[in-house]
Amino acid sequence: MNEYLLIIHRDLINKESAPSPQQMQDLIKPFQEWIGGIAAQNKLVAPPKRLDTSGRVVKGNVVTDGPYAEVKESVGGLIIVRANSYEEASDIAKGCPILNWGASVEIRQAIPNA
Amino acid sequence: MNQPELLPDLFRSEYRNIVSVLSYSFGIKHVELVEDIVSDTFLSATEDWSLKGTPDNPRAWLYAVARNKIRNHLKRDTLFEKKISKEISTLTETTEEPELDFSVKNIADSQLAMIFTVCNPVNSSESQISLALNLLCGFGVQEIADAFLTSKDVVYKRINRAKEKLKDADIDIRQPLLEEIPERLPNVLMTLYLLFSEGYYSASQNRILRRDFCDEAMRLNMMLIDNKLTDTPATKALYALMCFHASRFNAREDEMGETILYEDQDDSRWDKDLITRGSYFLNFASVGDEVSRFHLEAAIAYWHTHKEDTLEKWTRILDYYNHLLVLEYSPIAALNRTFALSKVRGKEVAIIEAEKLQLTDNPHYFSLLGHLYTGINNDLARSNFQTALNLVSSPTNRLTILRHLNKLSKNPNA
Repeated sequence: MNEYLLIIHRDLINKESAPSPQQMQDLIKPFQEWIGGIAAQNKLVAPPKRLDTSGRVVKGNVVTDGPYAEVKESVGGLIIVRANSYEEASDIAKGCPILNWGASVEIRQAIPNA
Repeated sequence: MNQPELLPDLFRSEYRNIVSVLSYSFGIKHVELVEDIVSDTFLSATEDWSLKGTPDNPRAWLYAVARNKIRNHLKRDTLFEKKISKEISTLTETTEEPELDFSVKNIADSQLAMIFTVCNPVNSSESQISLALNLLCGFGVQEIADAFLTSKDVVYKRINRAKEKLKDADIDIRQPLLEEIPERLPNVLMTLYLLFSEGYYSASQNRILRRDFCDEAMRLNMMLIDNKLTDTPATKALYALMCFHASRFNAREDEMGETILYEDQDDSRWDKDLITRGSYFLNFASVGDEVSRFHLEAAIAYWHTHKEDTLEKWTRILDYYNHLLVLEYSPIAALNRTFALSKVRGKEVAIIEAEKLQLTDNPHYFSLLGHLYTGINNDLARSNFQTALNLVSSPTNRLTILRHLNKLSKNPNA
């Protein structure tokens, strides 16, 4: 089994695409259920970290506001799971309920220690 | 022979008290000597009381005799004296004889010190439980062997090895310091939790003994609540959990000792006082930020004290299992979580989730699948129950599965 980082990207720049507080509220249960399902398979390595929407970017000596203003979709959350393959990791990611709100999940395999 | 019940009762309560007080004074190195002296004290009591009748104050009699035996031993055994005298003199300073303090406070202090010694992680949790049953609760090797369904010899060796390890590691029998509590207490609570579970879930047929184990775990837990040092929210949550489970003790077995499944239990036989007590402690446990596994398990157990199937009940239980699994994975929590999911979201959804678990060496996994497929695909239900039957070892679980299979063949459309 390898470890995979699931990076949930959301559009934080465009105000219209931001979910309403009610929508956020409605997401909590399905999100917890998704995480619970991963944990029930003993495939949760690190529980989700939700990230705030402000952020800073350091480039050279310059610190700018905002999470990567150049990219439309910023990182909204991180989870590490255990899976046998990219295919299995993708199946896990497909359960992410935020996908229904236009988010995307990037999957990156951690390179195992030699 | 008057009051034939008195001595066994006293043995149960005073054996551990005297062992604790003596061990607290003399240290782990001499724990076997202490046990010999306490056993010898009770032997003297049996002989003496049957001849002369029970003394007016049996406890004081036992303390005095134990004190004398220690004194005689000190006089007799010079080697012992050489080794120990330093330790004693630092404890008592003014006299050469040990001033053993059997006050209520010192008994409580020494028991707390002993709990932390016995529940030291230098030993495996299995050894900690055996040692706790023996030293903290006064159970004999035979009783412990009965509960673990193993031989006296195995338990005897396990306890001796555990004592040796404590000696080798030179563990002090002392009160934990405040700053040690966050690191040490979780292991102590875990050992009490396992001790309780040993009584609650043991396959042993000895029902009275199993109840005793549960009572002892609850007594030790209460001692931790009574002490400011160890009275944390998690300590109370564990106690609440034990109360909720123990409330069903009498309702879950029929007169023949056969297990009655939760859904078939007569909830008027659940112990309401224990449920009330559990709720009281769970309330007080719900302070601060810490959500321990005991909080979550107590909250789940609380909802199980409501017999009626409501959506709220199962939604809460599912929530708590989701949270519990993130804290700590266990196959049983994964299976129970999936059962709760079926109650909230229906069997079809739960089947998909259940099949992802792939706990293919666990009979409960196949029992769960059997249950979920019942009424959806009874052929699959049957084959899953059959697989469970082939894997199961405990006679109680075997009977439960057979009942399910029986129901399926009686009512193929169930």
